[in-house]
Amino acid sequence: MSEFIQYTLQGLAAGGFYALSALGLAVIFGVLGVVNFSHGACYMLGAVISAVLLAELHVGFWVALLVVPVLMFGFGVLMERLLVRWLLALDPLYNFLLTFGLTLILVEAVKQRYGVSGLPYQVPAGLGGQVSIGSVNLSVYAIFACLFSLVVCAGVGLLLTKTRIGMIVRASTEAPERTRALGINVGRFVTPVFGFGIALAGLAGVLAAPTRAITAEMGSNFIIILFAVVVIGGLGSILGAVVAGFLVGLVEAYGIAYAPTYAQIVIFVLMALVVLVRPSGLFGREEVA
Amino acid sequence: MSEQMTAKVDVDLAQPSILSRRNPLRYVMLLGGLVVLVLLPYWIYPPVAMDILCWGLFAISVDLLLGFTGLLSFGHAAFWGGSAYCTGLIATHFGVPFPVAVLGGAVFSMLIAWPIGYLSVRRTGIYFAMVTLAFAQMLYFIANQARDLTGGENGLQGIPRSFFGIELVEEDSFYFYYVGAAMILVGVFVAWRVVNSPFGRVLTAVRDNPARARALGYDVERFKIKAFVISAGLAGLAGGVFAISHQFASLQELMWTTSGKVVLVTVLGGIGTLWGGLVGAGVVVTLEDFLASSGFEGIGLITGTIFVLIVLLFRHGIWGTGRNVLRKYALDRRRRTRD
Repeated sequence: MSEFIQYTLQGLAAGGFYALSALGLAVIFGVLGVVNFSHGACYMLGAVISAVLLAELHVGFWVALLVVPVLMFGFGVLMERLLVRWLLALDPLYNFLLTFGLTLILVEAVKQRYGVSGLPYQVPAGLGGQVSIGSVNLSVYAIFACLFSLVVCAGVGLLLTKTRIGMIVRASTEAPERTRALGINVGRFVTPVFGFGIALAGLAGVLAAPTRAITAEMGSNFIIILFAVVVIGGLGSILGAVVAGFLVGLVEAYGIAYAPTYAQIVIFVLMALVVLVRPSGLFGREEVA
Repeated sequence: MSEQMTAKVDVDLAQPSILSRRNPLRYVMLLGGLVVLVLLPYWIYPPVAMDILCWGLFAISVDLLLGFTGLLSFGHAAFWGGSAYCTGLIATHFGVPFPVAVLGGAVFSMLIAWPIGYLSVRRTGIYFAMVTLAFAQMLYFIANQARDLTGGENGLQGIPRSFFGIELVEEDSFYFYYVGAAMILVGVFVAWRVVNSPFGRVLTAVRDNPARARALGYDVERFKIKAFVISAGLAGLAGGVFAISHQFASLQELMWTTSGKVVLVTVLGGIGTLWGGLVGAGVVVTLEDFLASSGFEGIGLITGTIFVLIVLLFRHGIWGTGRNVLRKYALDRRRRTRD
């Protein structure tokens, strides 16, 4: 039983990374209609930047948690302004391919600069060690990562539902023409939203840095699982992205624990089932898709 | 409805082939192509020439879906790599002549393509790309786990290249090229026939207006699945020949980067041009060979940059651009003679 709780916690922590990134992916898709293939690479960049900040500038985890998303926001804004923007009017496939090319460049660049072996990063002071509740030992950092991503997801949810900006973003997601007709400059929100989505991926990267191996390839498998997450949750749905993120994290953790041979296959079986039973995803609506 | 999302790639309306009767140059171009095909191993190292043809057919199989059915498969490595492994296993364990093994590999690809296609066509547009990518990754993990069968990270090594005891083909990659090229040509011919058949016209209709195709009584999903399975068979044929040519099948063949690379080759050649795939493969394979032999390590930087540039600036691809220029020239001339 105690093991089960541990696996659950690990699953929720991993699910937090997925949920945060999938949230970014969903927000970008909602407003721009772009599926960002480089989301995994941005997650990787987030982790690599925090490792480099620590090694070269001695900037710790807590500062990185603030600085890296800001940097990634800037990166996202540049990416949207210089590249993605030109293909927005065309079929979404072109931006998918563009961001795929960008992924190759980013991964290779990091590989050339920092090699293939992992960069070192420690669990930040104060979050190391374990807590024992009864007979169950839980890693403090996993609890923190899990709670932190939940708080951020809830924060973004509140931002989208309770503020004026959030309302405009949701309106331009669901009915861009009508929103424009109401006198709102939808185009003005495109760049910041893109940057925001990239920042979320970077944030997930920082969160993952202390527990995962930081390599150029860490985002490669991540992005494919992320696609499975958004297919399961329904790409049009913010809530779906978050719920499916945690769900996939849990499934993966139980898979690793109880059926290590099939651990990575289980997620895709889950996706196949969802596609079979509910093609638009658990929370998806076909109109948004 | 989801149909709205179906890929509207900017290809020209179906004028699929340079071999159509309306093209006065059709025999000249066909002859030229065959001459290049025969002379290729004289110009470049024969195994590289073989790679070009394999990747060319692989790209044509992707184009059959992307250009003529409007589906972007981002998981075609599953069929290329799946067939590479299957071909290798058949050749190793049964000692049959390699064309038989390759055929077995292609059939295997079609068999796994059916369930994948059945599930994937439930989503359209960009979702189709994501779902196929995920399924291909699943196959990658399966191949990685089934070490006894696939050799895991080491891959399948020393695949025999038996060919009715004719040692010239078995030992010399120069002569092997011609047998391999013949098999690739069969694949290209199949693709060309499919595109220029009534079935192919329905696929184009499905691409351009699925709702209308459905209203006319065509079962859109079934046509998509059929196209998917045929395309997988062609990718499998290419992958099988590739494995025999290298006498080696590795996990690299099943990686998502392979799926991406073949889409790059297709777009570079020109979406919806069919023949462009061979041209794109020629450019990409030669470039990679050149970079690898000159000791450049960051190949991803180059391929990634090419990808970004062609998507931004050169969306018609080499073949598409060439065709548009020629067509415009012909139109202009006709207009001038009329004046």
